[in-house]
Amino acid sequence: MSRNLNDSSSSDLPPDAQAGSSRRQFISRLAAISAGLSVAAPLARSATTTEGNALEGKSPKKGTEEDLVEINFKVNGRHQKLEVDPRVTLLDAIRDRLGLTGTKKGCDRGACGACTVHMNGRRVLSCLTLALMTQGEEITTIEGLAKGDELHPVQAAFIGCDGFQCGYCTPGQIMSAVGCINEGHIRSDTEIQEFMSGNLCRCGAYPNIVDAIKIAAEQMKAGR
Amino acid sequence: MRTFTYKVPSSIRQATSDFGQSSDFLAGGTTLIDLMKLEVMTPSQLVDINRLPMRGIELASDGLRIGALEKMSDVAENQEVVANYPVISQALLKSASAQLRNMASMGGNLLQRTRCGYFRDVSTPCNKRQPGSGCPAIDGWNRTHAILGTSSSCVATHPSDLAVALVALDASILLQSENNNRLMKLDDFYQVPGETPDKENQLRPGELITEIVVPRLDFAQRSTYVKVRDRESYEFALCSAAVALDIRDSRIADARVAAGGVATVPWRLPAVEAALRGAPATVESFEAATEVAADGAKPLRDNGFKVSLLKRTIVRALLEGSRL
Repeated sequence: MSRNLNDSSSSDLPPDAQAGSSRRQFISRLAAISAGLSVAAPLARSATTTEGNALEGKSPKKGTEEDLVEINFKVNGRHQKLEVDPRVTLLDAIRDRLGLTGTKKGCDRGACGACTVHMNGRRVLSCLTLALMTQGEEITTIEGLAKGDELHPVQAAFIGCDGFQCGYCTPGQIMSAVGCINEGHIRSDTEIQEFMSGNLCRCGAYPNIVDAIKIAAEQMKAGR
Repeated sequence: MRTFTYKVPSSIRQATSDFGQSSDFLAGGTTLIDLMKLEVMTPSQLVDINRLPMRGIELASDGLRIGALEKMSDVAENQEVVANYPVISQALLKSASAQLRNMASMGGNLLQRTRCGYFRDVSTPCNKRQPGSGCPAIDGWNRTHAILGTSSSCVATHPSDLAVALVALDASILLQSENNNRLMKLDDFYQVPGETPDKENQLRPGELITEIVVPRLDFAQRSTYVKVRDRESYEFALCSAAVALDIRDSRIADARVAAGGVATVPWRLPAVEAALRGAPATVESFEAATEVAADGAKPLRDNGFKVSLLKRTIVRALLEGSRL
């Protein structure tokens, strides 16, 4: 998929990437470099039409503006208005435009579950949802789950049960787990495994994830 | 992904008139967005039908009607469906993942494209994607490919579980266009590839599946779906079987049998049904009846195992169905 130049994350680059880089900045720098490698041709083409501004994350002037679509939707309870290229996925819109980078891009093809968010309370894959399909809808991301400093029971249970190793799949696992519990698909380990099968974990933390879901479900039932 | 324009029609009539050359209808997007990212599909216009009034799950005396925009998850969990047509619910729950089932529509499920790796890889030839370019699967990696309904042009399987259950139940779909409505048996809707594997069904340009109609079938309460795959969940079928059994006094009065994962279209098995009718409901007669299940099969280098897998999958489904 070609990357929307409006959404270039290269503006996240620190002035001096050598000193004091956070993990987030480091990762975004890697992402910018790899994106630059994979979309070198489109970037170069755009650079000529925008006098070299594309790499600074500014909007290309020609050929795209009339194609932008305005979307109004709610993300974690806040109204958001964005103008997006129709090709932009919900995943890219929430990560690159709204800066909510908790939602992860794994396969970007609907196969891994890392990008799971809730749309109107139901778990869906943000990588296979176009941003413009969310017009008027309510989106909840991992950032919208906790109440202030109080973690959601599923978040707390994942920590308590060590439901992760590297953590990359974890936001998607947690959003999916909340959906799984709300749907009531928690009557046995087998049922939890079946209804969580859309979230892959390369570290293999599955047994602990199942434990976390059972504990969180009990707590949510008790209203804690 | 290639650029496209985007339209949101407010009526079915407007949707079909908005539909132009190189348009695609957008429902759940789980097939379309995926294939647009891969540039297997490159529509220049998307017509978003998600706001159209094509919903509802209604059980009446003559059968079940399902709006084409109903989500797979909602139909799978619907209590009338679970009670009266368990094979539909089971086929849906054994498809994809919970997230995808929350997104994908029933109509879209019936129109999903094959999972053939050559079809999905634009760097290889594929007669379905690019007519006349050739089929690398016939002499290539074909372990997951079809043994039935194939041609020298295409051996790709149809990926839908739902369609297998619906074909077994004699379901029809309502097709609507600007000036025309027609009801068509799902079994007649799908086309084997022949020399034109790019044409997969009878859908006309601008025509929408608006409703699925499943006729009343009392013995569908005794129906089941067995799916065999490389992993237990979240995987397409190597082989699947949808069966419904009418058992009276330990004999089979009537039977419905269809198979998935082995053919280029959902594969109804009338010869197996005929062999079952009147036979005692025993494992021996199930095994005898499935002897004809793979008649006409043309196994390829890697998928010869599907001949016996097909028979055994049907026997398993009949056993499970007869014990209900």
